[in-house]
Amino acid sequence: MFRNVLMSLEFSAEAQKKIAALCERYPDSATKQPVVLAALHLAQKEHGYLSDDAMRLVAKTLDLPYAHVYGVATFYTMFRLKAGIQPTGSTIRMCTNISCMLRGGYEVLEAFENKLGLKRGESNGKFQLVEEECIAACEFAPCALVGTKYFHDLTPEKVGEVIAELERDPHPEAEVV
Amino acid sequence: MPAAIGTKLVTKRFGDERARTIAGYEATGGYAMLKKALAMKPDDITAEVKASNLRGRGGAGFATGVKWGFVPKDAKQVHLVCNADESEPGTCKDRLLVYWDPHLLIEGMIISAHALRAVHNYIYIRGEMMREYVVLAKAVEDAYAKGYLGKNILGTGIECHITVHRGAGAYICGEETALLNSLEGLRGQPRLKPPFPAVKGLFGNPTIVNNVETLMNVPFIVDKGGAWFNELGMGRSGGTRIVCVSGHVNKQGVFELPMGITFRQIIDDVCGGVWKGRKVKAVIPGGVSMPPLDEHELDVPCEFDALMTDERIKPVMVRPGQQFDLGGGRALRSMAGSGGIVVMDDQTDIPKATWRIMKFFAHESCGQCTPCREGTGWLEKVSRRVAAGQDHAKEGDLELLASIAHGIAGNTICALGDAAAWPMLGFLTKFRGDFELKIRRKAA
Ligand SMILES: Cc1cc2nc3c(=O)[nH]c(=O)nc-3n(C[C@H](O)[C@H](O)[C@H](O)COP(=O)(O)O)c2cc1C
Ligand code: SF4
Ligand code: FES
Repeated sequence: MFRNVLMSLEFSAEAQKKIAALCERYPDSATKQPVVLAALHLAQKEHGYLSDDAMRLVAKTLDLPYAHVYGVATFYTMFRLKAGIQPTGSTIRMCTNISCMLRGGYEVLEAFENKLGLKRGESNGKFQLVEEECIAACEFAPCALVGTKYFHDLTPEKVGEVIAELERDPHPEAEVV
Repeated sequence: MPAAIGTKLVTKRFGDERARTIAGYEATGGYAMLKKALAMKPDDITAEVKASNLRGRGGAGFATGVKWGFVPKDAKQVHLVCNADESEPGTCKDRLLVYWDPHLLIEGMIISAHALRAVHNYIYIRGEMMREYVVLAKAVEDAYAKGYLGKNILGTGIECHITVHRGAGAYICGEETALLNSLEGLRGQPRLKPPFPAVKGLFGNPTIVNNVETLMNVPFIVDKGGAWFNELGMGRSGGTRIVCVSGHVNKQGVFELPMGITFRQIIDDVCGGVWKGRKVKAVIPGGVSMPPLDEHELDVPCEFDALMTDERIKPVMVRPGQQFDLGGGRALRSMAGSGGIVVMDDQTDIPKATWRIMKFFAHESCGQCTPCREGTGWLEKVSRRVAAGQDHAKEGDLELLASIAHGIAGNTICALGDAAAWPMLGFLTKFRGDFELKIRRKAA
């Protein structure tokens, strides 16, 4: 079927400026392709998730085939292809890998599931709960990552506090882009 | 003289908030080594790095100076890429290094880029490291403002650029050729080698990929000389070693230690022993990709060659009576890997821990090679039912796990296949009884 060729989505002026500046940073590349991850991060920030139109916007901005952008977006786990969490919400990345598992990581993850009423992998507007692989903070196992903030030495009992803190002061991932 | 406990190079600014800023960094001697290096001939720097026996801290322990020497002499454009993708489970040093001393990394990179005559250079930082990305992006900006980076750095006529490139979630992007593909804006799938990146890497140009910790050691080598650095270490491994200790110890942490320190010393003296008064059962010596050690193998130094050759470490077996052959009859023992040491106490459910490691690799396989894509999936599935024990594990499952692992190892494009197979075989070799128990219970 033909798609609507008139795209509804645009990047903000600030994002356009960032992308243009980044395009200068790879002078040995014949195309703007090296900027695709950064542009996808920006599109996700500004449009909430990577809809078909958001990926087309990235493709158009960087003069790349849509299929290429789609292929890249589906490879990396931080890109969301469906609507869910708001850009202002907190993505809780709870590590259950070896060091965290050995010190109760799964029990903490279950406590998050119960308190949030979300299963791992699910989200509501305010929270997304992710069972994460090692977040390189093993010395504080079990631990979770929320945007720029790390939560150390977690126990099921501390989960309520963490959620309350995030309600007051969310650490959206989109802030960083 | 070998380093003493307490000798600190790359971690010496840990905890010093002021040194994280460019002014604070300069005030503590920062960027002085760069000035010295820029006055040196590029090949002289490489010669010092060779003499230093600095070995890659990313996992493989390859000699850094030797790798630099692979760049063709007539190359027109060369790139230096810093691997800050740290995601090997059990490893948590690069994230801290970037956070506490971003300018040491930048200084190390500029010096190394000068040695390699590299102009456009990149730091590939893991997507999830958002706090560290912010720190690094600011540090690079400040270094440009001060003239340490740019078209004509410090008026020397030398051009050097660094761009921080954010990933987006994929363990495999830590593998150097997958990393280069990801930098080029492709799916992060490893490339066939050869050609090696040092000959044909980023955008088709010769490219050196080095780990964060590796590059941060370079300024010290320029400052005090390769011979001095070599003497700090042990055998053919120069310098100090960062280890990240986690799991069942009283004091988890990231420690810069002498190369010659043994695992037992690390656990007992540095980390205050095993928690809850228990005993050690298993130790992963360098990230989950490496075969484990048992309680009788802990008096070996954490140095690179020792873990590969020390005969106190039992060879990994494919089945009882058959050693895993690394090629040419060399036995696989273990490796120092990324420095991620995971300690498991005597109450650990080893089959369950093994399953969690296999789940990781099954999740992270990029899917390009059939043995890895299918094999890691099967390792996860079978190890899960073995871990579940009793009604789930089947007779013959242990032999099945060993044969799947053996079928993956050595038959894939990148080392992720080996990284899954080796620990599987290693745990089966050294903790056979724990696995048998899961199976036998069912029969009983
Ligand atoms: C599956 C896989 C994952 C890897 N992940 C990392 C990583 O996160 N960080 C790293 O520095 N090296 C990693 N490596 C090793 C790199 O391929 C490469 O050898 C290293 O960055 C070279 O730097 P060095 O010589 O300074 O160690 C990984 C290798 C494999 C096979
Ligand atoms: S070994 Fe696995 S991760 Fe590596 S290229 Fe093959 S499928 Fe991908
Ligand atoms: S294993 Fe959980 S942070 Fe590394």
